[in-house]
Amino acid sequence: MTITSQPDAGGHFGPYGGRFVPEVLMAPLEELEHAYAEARKDPAFHAELASLMKNYAGRPTALWRARRLSEHLGGADIYIKREDLLHTGAHKINNCLGQILLAKRMGKTRVIAETGAGQHGVATATVCALFGLDCTVYMGEEDMRRQRLNVFRMRLLGAKVVGVTYGSRTLKDAISEAMRDWVTNIEHTHYLLGSALGAHPYPLMVRDFHSVIGIEARAQMLEAAGRLPDTVIACVGGGSNAIGMFHAFVGDAGVALIGVEAGGRNLTLGEHAARFAGGSPGVLQGCYSYVLQNADGQIALTHSISAGLDYAMIGPEHANLADLGRASYVNCSDADALNAAMMLSRMEGIIPALESSHAVAEAIRRAPSEKGKVILVNLSGRGDKDIDIYRENLKELDGQ
Amino acid sequence: MANSRIARRFAELRAKNEPALVAYVTAGDPTLDATVGIVAALERGGADVIELGVPFSDPIADGPVIMKGAERALAAGASLRGVLDCAARIRAVSDIPILLFSYLNPLMRYGFAKLAADAHAAGVDGVLMTDVSVEEAEPYVASMRDAGLDTVFLAAPTSTPERLALVGRFSSGFVYLVSRTGVTGVRDQVSSQALPLVERMREHTSLPLAVGFGIAKAADAEAVGRLADGVVVGSAFVKLIEAHAGTPELEPRIEALARELKNGAMRSRMTAQA
Repeated sequence: MTITSQPDAGGHFGPYGGRFVPEVLMAPLEELEHAYAEARKDPAFHAELASLMKNYAGRPTALWRARRLSEHLGGADIYIKREDLLHTGAHKINNCLGQILLAKRMGKTRVIAETGAGQHGVATATVCALFGLDCTVYMGEEDMRRQRLNVFRMRLLGAKVVGVTYGSRTLKDAISEAMRDWVTNIEHTHYLLGSALGAHPYPLMVRDFHSVIGIEARAQMLEAAGRLPDTVIACVGGGSNAIGMFHAFVGDAGVALIGVEAGGRNLTLGEHAARFAGGSPGVLQGCYSYVLQNADGQIALTHSISAGLDYAMIGPEHANLADLGRASYVNCSDADALNAAMMLSRMEGIIPALESSHAVAEAIRRAPSEKGKVILVNLSGRGDKDIDIYRENLKELDGQ
Repeated sequence: MANSRIARRFAELRAKNEPALVAYVTAGDPTLDATVGIVAALERGGADVIELGVPFSDPIADGPVIMKGAERALAAGASLRGVLDCAARIRAVSDIPILLFSYLNPLMRYGFAKLAADAHAAGVDGVLMTDVSVEEAEPYVASMRDAGLDTVFLAAPTSTPERLALVGRFSSGFVYLVSRTGVTGVRDQVSSQALPLVERMREHTSLPLAVGFGIAKAADAEAVGRLADGVVVGSAFVKLIEAHAGTPELEPRIEALARELKNGAMRSRMTAQA
């Protein structure tokens, strides 16, 4: 089976994706689509982006063979792609650098963004500082409480952080508020959406800017292990780090692609953010994909210990990969993610972000029964931003 | 739909040289029972077409007033089935045209064919979905037209000529012109973007044109009445509901505002004739 990774002209991956927005937003989306199509063909754009990725963000990131963790688990050989080592502490900077260059090409002077865990907000504030653009970041108040450090980092970088006080006060509501700002200020404002979500061309564009993750990792695996991995694992909120990692491996039929959703407290609607555990196709915030909703088509509230995975919809390309059977999606509970963070910290000296800990947890679960196999895990971010949550949940360490 | 209740109403008004007052309320805000009375008050005040809003959890095109109205309606248990029942109760006592005004997801979840049949049975005359672009509209339009329902689409100041042509082609009943960029909500004055949009849309359709977004006062309605066939008002009514829900003052205030707006719109034609 050949799987095309290109959406159709309307931005559909299989049946998913598309462009479901108020009429006012169609013009800026078309403007963005054309600007991106032109940039994609322009060698100068790619050269500038490659230079920023290398000299500013710190690419390529390392591939680390996790020997102690692998030996401890006694099965598969685990490799870790270190996106946590990037400038600003997560993969999010890849997409931000790409989109800020587009914003400049379009002559925009103001950038808005949403953020959940704050990593995308910090990366956006960073590139706006770098290019001298005005920056406003929308963030749910619940997330501002959970991710206080990142709120301050954004402000230190010169961004305005606006709290969103309605709904679940998390990522979903921050996206709605950013869309309302955009619809009001389209002329000078670029909406720097941070995940492989929303209306076309965002899912395609964000995927492309992150595809460097998988391209590097694939070459690094061949060099380090002399072979491709048997399994590639990444956490999936909207799914930007996962699609960036999977993209290079989609054509490698022997490589299993595993996305890990947030299983939260349990799999009752409202207690998790695992779209493939109870979700169904629907439309939210510009996009048709799997979404957690009730019988009336109202979008469900979600929960995850990790703000970055706490979102009701999965990106459309993931929905298509799932339908085609090319990727499979599992979920990991809050508790298992915390345990995985602890284990990776103690075994490898790497404190992961809570989001990435979900991917680590799946590797830990599988490794013992996969002796002789190779697992590649995308470590999408580092755990500094989560230290308060780790402290709350691992109180015994404070008393030592 | 050439002979739909919406088309007939606009034709009657055009014959009388009268602009239509199109009034939006979120169904179920504060309760579905209350909505029946609110719509009756709107009609007494002079509203010509009712936009019955289906509450949605994530209303990306709406400002804080209508967003809070949807939250109140959902908290009170409004579902799409409940909204259709509410429409049937309105239809039992009134011939006023009813347009279901919704985001896509609740309707998609219900199923387009079932919705078209049930909406028609409830006496609904047409459907407008704020987040369905003309590119994605075909299956939905086919279902609604099969059941005899009008499909109204939005045109915006940012719409290209190509898109305005598609809006004209997929719309029936009337075309809803968004007077300016931004979300729903009351503004100080009618946007200067409205007139050029009316002129551009006229090149693509002979359907009646109604202008909305930001219209709250009689003077706004008068200004819009000079440009277009209809004036759409939403947030100003929802604000009254927010302030007076559950009190005996609500319906008289709704009726008074509708009358003020309708009279304002009518003045546009008197001055034009003078």
